[in-house]
Amino acid sequence: MLIRNLCKIALVSAVLALSGCSGGILDPKGQIGIDEKNLIIIATVLMLLVVIPVIVMTLYFAWKYRDTQTHEIYAPKWAHSNKIEAFVWAVPILIVIILGVITWQSTHRLDPYKPIEGKGKHLTVEVVSLNWKWLFIYPQQGIATVNELVFPANVPVEYKITSESTMNSFFIPQLGSQIYSMAGMQTKLHLIANEPGTFKGISANYSGAGFSGMKFNAIATPTQADFDQWVSDVKAQGGSLTKANYDQLALASENNPVTYYGRVDKGLFHTIIMKYMAGMNGMGKTDKKKEMGSMKNLHHEMAEHSVSSANSQGEE
Amino acid sequence: MSFLGKLSIDAIPFHEPILVFTMGAIAIGGIALFALITKYKKWGVLWTEWITSVDHKRLGIMYILLALVMLFRGFSDAIMMRSQLALATSGAPGYLPPEHYDQIFTAHGVIMIIFMAMPFMVGLMNIILPLQIGARDVAFPFLNNLSFWLTASGAILINMSLIFGEFAKTGWVAYPPLSELTFSPGVGVDYYIWALQISGLGTLLTSVNFLVTVLKMRAPGMTLMKMPIFTWTCTWANILIAASFPILTAVLTMLTLDRYLGFHFFTNDGGGNAMMYINLFWAWGHPEVYILVLPAFGIFSEIISTFTSKRLFGYTSMVYASGAISILGFIVWLHHFFTMGSSANVNAFFGMMTMVIAVPTGVKLFNWLFTIYRGRLRITVPVLWTLGFMVTFTVGGMTGVLLAIPGADYVLHNSLFLIAHFHNTIIGGAVFGYLAGFSFWFPKAMGFKLNERWGKGAFWCWIIGFFVAFMPLYVLGFLGMTRRLNHTNNPDWNIWLYIAMVGAVIIMFGIICQVIQLYVSFRDREALDDKTGDPWNGHTLEWATSSPPQSYNFAEIPHIDDIDAWTDMKEKGQVYQTQASYEPIHMPKNTTAGVFMGITLTAFCFAMIWHIWWLAIVGLVGGIAVFIQRCYSKYVDFYVQPQEILATEKAHNLSASKGINA
Repeated sequence: MLIRNLCKIALVSAVLALSGCSGGILDPKGQIGIDEKNLIIIATVLMLLVVIPVIVMTLYFAWKYRDTQTHEIYAPKWAHSNKIEAFVWAVPILIVIILGVITWQSTHRLDPYKPIEGKGKHLTVEVVSLNWKWLFIYPQQGIATVNELVFPANVPVEYKITSESTMNSFFIPQLGSQIYSMAGMQTKLHLIANEPGTFKGISANYSGAGFSGMKFNAIATPTQADFDQWVSDVKAQGGSLTKANYDQLALASENNPVTYYGRVDKGLFHTIIMKYMAGMNGMGKTDKKKEMGSMKNLHHEMAEHSVSSANSQGEE
Repeated sequence: MSFLGKLSIDAIPFHEPILVFTMGAIAIGGIALFALITKYKKWGVLWTEWITSVDHKRLGIMYILLALVMLFRGFSDAIMMRSQLALATSGAPGYLPPEHYDQIFTAHGVIMIIFMAMPFMVGLMNIILPLQIGARDVAFPFLNNLSFWLTASGAILINMSLIFGEFAKTGWVAYPPLSELTFSPGVGVDYYIWALQISGLGTLLTSVNFLVTVLKMRAPGMTLMKMPIFTWTCTWANILIAASFPILTAVLTMLTLDRYLGFHFFTNDGGGNAMMYINLFWAWGHPEVYILVLPAFGIFSEIISTFTSKRLFGYTSMVYASGAISILGFIVWLHHFFTMGSSANVNAFFGMMTMVIAVPTGVKLFNWLFTIYRGRLRITVPVLWTLGFMVTFTVGGMTGVLLAIPGADYVLHNSLFLIAHFHNTIIGGAVFGYLAGFSFWFPKAMGFKLNERWGKGAFWCWIIGFFVAFMPLYVLGFLGMTRRLNHTNNPDWNIWLYIAMVGAVIIMFGIICQVIQLYVSFRDREALDDKTGDPWNGHTLEWATSSPPQSYNFAEIPHIDDIDAWTDMKEKGQVYQTQASYEPIHMPKNTTAGVFMGITLTAFCFAMIWHIWWLAIVGLVGGIAVFIQRCYSKYVDFYVQPQEILATEKAHNLSASKGINA
């Protein structure tokens, strides 16, 4: 049975390859990623309980009841059995109930908007996807980088994510979850690195011609002191990122080199989110003041976004 | 504004050697085809018996022909993508720059789903469904012809983008804001919009047509719960089409307004919201995958019960399971974007709903298993496809449930794992199903069987090729490779990309086998002739007719007493009996309106794409005028005369009884 052998070969080679390879989602270096890997393994094993018997039964039945086997029982009119029907509905239902419970619990546990508990205070990084590069703003440190993300290991990081233009997805496979970046609104993600190292970061949502080059290194420093040292280095050597510089940076470019900014205009991230709202003031309304007021509320809603109620539980 | 709108000589991509080559090949092929038809003086036949035909069987054949042509186009795209990714490793640029490559993956998705899978499914449904319910044609024969030409128009438009301008560089989902004018100023997205709109209209009309056909034109005695299972699954699919395609029409209209008239439905500025597009797109897009796969499930059910010479196990379960899949298919769309930032409650709900679909699907698999149980399974080509499906699809279903767990999807979303998953279900489910149906019903449609050897060759190449091509993609997904990359620079990935390339080549051999199979079968059609009209000892009414069926399908509409109506009639000895006389049969006349509307509306869409406003007006007004003219036409029907029926039936029954004795 060629098919079965092929499946076996595929499975074995996959297992061998995955255990040997590094850098993917099955080689996680952060708590979120580890939980997600375990979730994948548990769910797969559970499903294999049905899948393997089905595949084996298919091939076995097809072989056993092939037309040359005239000594086998032949029941051309047999088409119903309450016992079997009950069985074939019950087994998938049972598995799905178990998986459903796992899903409900894991989805709440791994909610990207949920801060990571018991690991101390979060470092905040504001992430902006631009055509076609990543801008990381550190509001607490007052610095910014392009295409390089640095944070201490074992410190949870809160990412506030938006986009300058097209939709991207902020993803560091070895650390776990990804979240879309969308213009005019903010999404959130919480990740942690359990050990120091350099991990690959990508955009996981196609965004145009330069998309393949939207890569960055996510570097977890061994200690907080190393991180602080890096921050002061950036401050010492980097230029400043003003609104005007930012507009330059926002122009489409591919395979951008890593760039450091020692100073960042306060509220730049907020400005980026709000930029598409700004244009709405001129939409021909007379009562400017009132309009501005209601716009402000709208800004607030859009920014806090939206995809929505999630935040209420995510916020401290 | 110039006479030709935005269209100029610069729009023709002479600088792209691959495209110039393609254009050359199309031109040579076209001229050769034209010359052959002229040489054999077939233009008249082509026009009167095919292009203007309202016969559901001929339309079905044309649909499948369209699907096969589009399969070649879509597969060439696939081979180009795989070879680009196999070459562009370790930092090499490969041979397809993003400019071209991004069009290819968009075209591949659109073509395979909208112009390969859909016409294939609709084609099989066209040929078989009216026969299965004992009808003489569909409820609205002209509409059926029009649907075909609208689908063909969409296919023509999408292929015109090879020659004039470009195709969308957005991915087949065309998410804004990327697909908005700001980021996609070219005509590519406009081709996408109009090709989908026009073919979507055709599909919608088809579904309405077949729903009415099934509800109003079943043979006497055939209650809903006595309908053949393929008819049932098609009916569920048609309900899904009727409910979901309007959403696609609406969302594309909104995108059109954004791009043409400066609206702000999905733009970044002006209060637009791209998330709305993504939700609406998948509110159509998810039911769409069930539209593709449900009829395939029906095909497998028919094949398994026919070739085990046994009743389908759990018919009632199967009907309700299909219904459950259809309804649930409408409340799972959000699983396409768990990573958008919805709350845990929302994500968990949609994840669990998605898993619930695994229950009816699992039931179906078990029911097929128990149909084989205590049967006499003839391992023919259709059965091989079915067994291949059961093995392959089970794996695809498993990875689907895995992706339905939001926690797992957060790391697997948009990765090659996802690509592997949906090819696993669409190839392993829908395409295997259509190919099974193709070989199963080919003798019914064409009058001769397909060569078994080449068919088996095709099957083995396809299934081995499938596993070799897509299992590595699962691995690459785990290794963190995301979709739609133009080139890679990760040595761990290379070996898997090479293997996937080999797999694609093996599938190519499968397709070559199928072409040879068609040629060999046509050459040996005398030997493979299906005299009885019932080559497999079938269960359902389509096998009661001759192969190919009489134009009126049934001289007398039979009375149905059983789900396996034909088996029942055979057991009662009520078959192949020529009556002394027949009533005249009322049949629809062929019409030129469908093809003329296709032509005018294609011109309209092409003009809209290139902003040639005068032509747009001419095309649209022309299309509507043809339609109105047709509405008032009185020459739409005729009667088949009793003598003709008698002669046809005598010939069929004689040939059938000879066939049985032989």
